[in-house]
Amino acid sequence: MSLDTTRAPGPAAPPAARPAPPGPGDGRSATGSVLNVFTHGFLLTWAALVVIPLAWCVMSAFKTNDELLSSPWSLPGALRWSNFADAWTNAEIGRYFVNTVVVVTLGTALTLAMGATVSYVVARYAFRGNRLVYFLFVIGMTFPTFLAIVPLFFIAQSLRLADSLPGLAVVYAAYNLPFAVFFLTAYFRTLPTSLSEAAFIDGCGHWGTYLRIMLPLARPGLVSVGIFVVLGQWNQYLLPLILQSSPENYVLAQGLANLAVSQGYAGNWSALFAGLTISIVPVLVVYLSFQRQIQGGMVTGALK
Amino acid sequence: MRAGSLRFVVTALAVPILLYGVLVISPYAQSFYISLTDWNGLSPERTFVGLDNYVRLVQDDVFWISVWHNVIAVLVIPAVTLALGLFFATMIHVGRYRARGGGRGVRGAAVYRIVYFFPHLLSIAVVGVLFSTVYDPTDSGLLNGALGLVGIEPVNWLGDRGTAYPAMLAVIIWLSVGFYVILFTSAMSSIPVDIFEAARLDGASRWQTFWRMTLPLIWDTVQVAGIYLGIHALDMFAIVNVMSAAGGSGGPDNATQVLGNYLYLTAFQNSEFGYATAIGVALLLLTLAFAAAALRLTRRERVEF
Repeated sequence: MSLDTTRAPGPAAPPAARPAPPGPGDGRSATGSVLNVFTHGFLLTWAALVVIPLAWCVMSAFKTNDELLSSPWSLPGALRWSNFADAWTNAEIGRYFVNTVVVVTLGTALTLAMGATVSYVVARYAFRGNRLVYFLFVIGMTFPTFLAIVPLFFIAQSLRLADSLPGLAVVYAAYNLPFAVFFLTAYFRTLPTSLSEAAFIDGCGHWGTYLRIMLPLARPGLVSVGIFVVLGQWNQYLLPLILQSSPENYVLAQGLANLAVSQGYAGNWSALFAGLTISIVPVLVVYLSFQRQIQGGMVTGALK
Repeated sequence: MRAGSLRFVVTALAVPILLYGVLVISPYAQSFYISLTDWNGLSPERTFVGLDNYVRLVQDDVFWISVWHNVIAVLVIPAVTLALGLFFATMIHVGRYRARGGGRGVRGAAVYRIVYFFPHLLSIAVVGVLFSTVYDPTDSGLLNGALGLVGIEPVNWLGDRGTAYPAMLAVIIWLSVGFYVILFTSAMSSIPVDIFEAARLDGASRWQTFWRMTLPLIWDTVQVAGIYLGIHALDMFAIVNVMSAAGGSGGPDNATQVLGNYLYLTAFQNSEFGYATAIGVALLLLTLAFAAAALRLTRRERVEF
């Protein structure tokens, strides 16, 4: 350990203490501290580019229309919480918000329930057509959704899934199944078989073994997939745009885009900024509370 | 097989397969046929017109403009995002092997990670609305307001043919970079520190260390990231639909038109469902072509460590 510390002095260590070979290594601590300034300079610049638009939006949400039009930099004259009330009720952002939460909750639950069941069966049961079922689901990941939207629009209407919140959740679930099946099948394959064997010997049925033994074991996999699914469905814009025709069934992204167009004409900018803030801040709060899980889940998902 | 296995398999798969078949597989399958008809959605009959829609597509200027814009997005977004992602990840990672081998990166690395990652979680449509206000053509917008401080006249970012599409690409890059910074820092921190130590003792410069060691060692991750970014860059729909002039026209004058938005307008504004589906098939071909090209181009020896 002591060898290590002499071999790799930190940036603060005096250059004399470093038995570095001569040549390109020389004078590194001088360039090192210059580089350090650059490093932080670059890193801070990007951090500012990320934070400033978001902070500006939150600040603008407290301003009056006149303040908004006069200068983008001035602070609001007062904390006008009424802008939020205006956006929530008059601009219907509240309704869109609740709609989105309902659709994403139901859609994610359906995706995970169906995805886990299909994956478990495909991973653990040898039956004729096993590969075909798996292939059928996974191939769905390679097609762009745009190719499906015209027929989907008519199918959803004839099945009365269009312009309804549960209907939209069902469509979301169907389109998220390929991803869920792909990841959860791999996950179920890694679980030990001995546990389900033991459950069978103890008289557990097929459903009992799946629901009481295997599904709880798959929890970490379900959480990872769940994070992706929630985000994807929260993000969804194309499907609600073609399926939700009446404004009372709009989801947040769609309602906000609509508000941006109409407020552009009406000139009620403070409601738009308040609406934007209402759609950004809850995500921020959830993110800051589960930061580790969200980043960890998404990064390991992408690295594997 | 255990008793009742088959019955379990059938009951477990029935609902998901039915739903998936009706809502996903059947639309995909139908769309190939619809693209060969002149269906307008109003009348139940679809007249088979053979390849007429595709002939029209090849002669359609707006279609080629859209293809061009999609191709630009697929080239620019992954290139810039990966470059910035690798750059910032290296910046965050540098401190790790300088700080006695055990550090977690530069000071404040945890904060950078939290801040950088956040835009990735926001809905693209919401980000689009936010940046429409940032790009506001008057000096009450954030960007023009900032330029005004140094005496530059307001630019009509989204209303000018020259700036509208680059402005939208910038938004996608803005929200993508952070995720890849985190991804690449994770990949870099799984490389054993001894390798960097050895390189340092051998007198390798930072530049050499990056090109000869770090990049080859995380190449798999970079490759997957590039393909993923490219496939998402083929979309562009939400951002164009939200940010382009007159409520998603792909304007000004098709200067930001992309295949997804053109398909949407053709189907749901002009009710030309047959033609719209042909655009969808073109988008599928573009996706497959991109995936094939990316896999060929990025093939490279895998380095084990």
